[in-house]
Amino acid sequence: MIISAERKQSIERAVADPKLQLAVYSATARLKQKRVEAVSPAELPDYQQLRECAHQLKKHALENLDYYLEQFEANVLAHGGKVIFAQTGKQVGEFIATLAKQRGVSLLVKSKSMTTEEIHLNEALEREKLEAVETDLGEYILQLAHERPFHIVAPAVHKTRHDVADILSQKLGVQREEVPEHQAMIARRTLREKFLAAGIGISGANFLVADSGAVVLVENEGNARLCVSAPPIHVAVAGIEKIIPRAQDLPVFLKLLARSGTGQRLTVYTSFLSGPRRAAEVDGPSEFYVVLMNNGRTKLLADSSKRESLFCIRCGACLNACPVYRKIGGHNYPWAYSGPIGAIITPQYQGLSQDPWLPYASSLCGACAEVCPVKIDIPRILLELRHEVTREERRQGKNGLERFAFRAYSWVMRKPKLYAAAGRAAALGARLPGMLSLGPARLWASQRETPKPAAASFRQLWRQRQAGRLP
Amino acid sequence: MNGRDALLAEVRQALGRQKGQAPPPPPPPRIVIPELSLPQRLALFRSRLEELGGKVLEVPTLAAARQAVAELLDGPAVASNSLVLAKAGIPSLPRVVSGLRDAAALREACRNAAYGITSADFALAETGTLVLMASAQEDRLVSLLPPVHIAVVPVSRLLSGLDELYNRKAKPAEETSAMILITGPSRSADIEMILVRGVHGPRLVQVIFVDEDVE
Repeated sequence: MIISAERKQSIERAVADPKLQLAVYSATARLKQKRVEAVSPAELPDYQQLRECAHQLKKHALENLDYYLEQFEANVLAHGGKVIFAQTGKQVGEFIATLAKQRGVSLLVKSKSMTTEEIHLNEALEREKLEAVETDLGEYILQLAHERPFHIVAPAVHKTRHDVADILSQKLGVQREEVPEHQAMIARRTLREKFLAAGIGISGANFLVADSGAVVLVENEGNARLCVSAPPIHVAVAGIEKIIPRAQDLPVFLKLLARSGTGQRLTVYTSFLSGPRRAAEVDGPSEFYVVLMNNGRTKLLADSSKRESLFCIRCGACLNACPVYRKIGGHNYPWAYSGPIGAIITPQYQGLSQDPWLPYASSLCGACAEVCPVKIDIPRILLELRHEVTREERRQGKNGLERFAFRAYSWVMRKPKLYAAAGRAAALGARLPGMLSLGPARLWASQRETPKPAAASFRQLWRQRQAGRLP
Repeated sequence: MNGRDALLAEVRQALGRQKGQAPPPPPPPRIVIPELSLPQRLALFRSRLEELGGKVLEVPTLAAARQAVAELLDGPAVASNSLVLAKAGIPSLPRVVSGLRDAAALREACRNAAYGITSADFALAETGTLVLMASAQEDRLVSLLPPVHIAVVPVSRLLSGLDELYNRKAKPAEETSAMILITGPSRSADIEMILVRGVHGPRLVQVIFVDEDVE
């Protein structure tokens, strides 16, 4: 099998953990339901048009990405900011560490960013003896617990309030507190001091607006606003795929993003940030940097059949909709991005040989594509990746038995009489006790309910109907 | 070749594009502005913001707005340099600090204030949103650090929604370094999906619509 024994065990542990299953199931069920209400025809009559429009805008922006990156850069410069182009995550860390040292900064505050998770920025800064503090409540809890996000928009969804009480009391030395509201106030007090003392605020970017040179951030807590308002320096780290052409395209994306992610009409805060504070303005950072990061994105860009993987706006709707994510949870996906979107982008960024099981972590039910606000055809891309996996296996002469079985199946399928005979034999066989505990069938049956063959096959029913014996 | 040129060259190669090649025209902007009368916009704004735990008052004059603010305050407050607040006489209310032009002093005042008072450049009915553009009149922290945010907004600035906002402000960057949309009080559901207000920003947003213009 293409999945490692270690990964398999870890998945089995997650599936057998009732506390985890309940936490993930209830949170995703709630997010799913809220999304359904928020995009319902009564609430958002033009939802389908907005999706199509968002898809076309992303497609256009990515197909002409070099043009929009240059336009973005020129506009950031015009407003007094600076743009840094980074080929790798390592270069991002080096830039920020060097800047911090030049400015004599040792404390940095961070708002939630999947891009910085992707490149392990916190660890890189730690190695440089810099303190980078996560300030989103969920991310802060996970940083204290030394864990990575479980979900793209609800990072600590697998933690109960009791877990949080343990983490806060152990790591901060505060009185044990079980009520989420009080726990949040502990974080507010602790982090408020960090915001006001930090020399650099690091953010991600939900969108980069080419015609404005602006970074757009959406959030609910206000920690991102604090990160980009209180410290004297703001550094935004963004993948190059985050570009949209115009500020006027934002309504389309903003209407889709929060509704798809959390079922809100709009997140509490939407910040449109273009450069350091202007001469007349009273406060705000005096330095503004945007780090445009490649880190493998040009590889995805070059593959026109899978390029749309880069359209993702990180709403997390496909995670909530996915029957596999909801069982195995976020930590069983090998990279920062989990769920169906993680299953298609991880192999493209890191190569298929590392985790060839990922494209198979799907029932191909299509729920992810149905909820995707930018209409990424995730099931099609999963199939293409599976095709690449089997092509590679064939090249290496692996999985001969499976290939033989499919060839035999295809041969039988093309001969009606043989097919009927095989069907009868299979139905008979499946009724024999113990048949499904043999060979490959055992593996299949270990996680599923064994279907009982129908009393009469479709072909039998059809014959009876043609003979007038059935309505 | 430096990092910038190398990255851009890689992007062009991936796309099969040439340096300096103009893109085809992008899809036209999708701006759809619903027609809503002022009473409809007010009712919609109120229901949207109240749903989020915010509060809305409507007053006829700037003098009445001053009175309304005075009744709300029971602790130290900091007011922005907004012309609306100045015309309403809010900076002269007891325990209100205003007229701060120095970032450090402003930050200190905001840190100690129980109330932050601002106006807003716009309000959006469809989402119950306040729009604040950083300027000499509106800073960034008054609406963010104190636990309660009070906004006094001329009702003429109440737009239908996002589309109307971006129709009026197609290029916000030409005017400001920061255009902030505030939709209700700060919130989080990061612990067991339980709603908590006031995590980092204000736990209450109180909007006072004034039926009087300042310009």
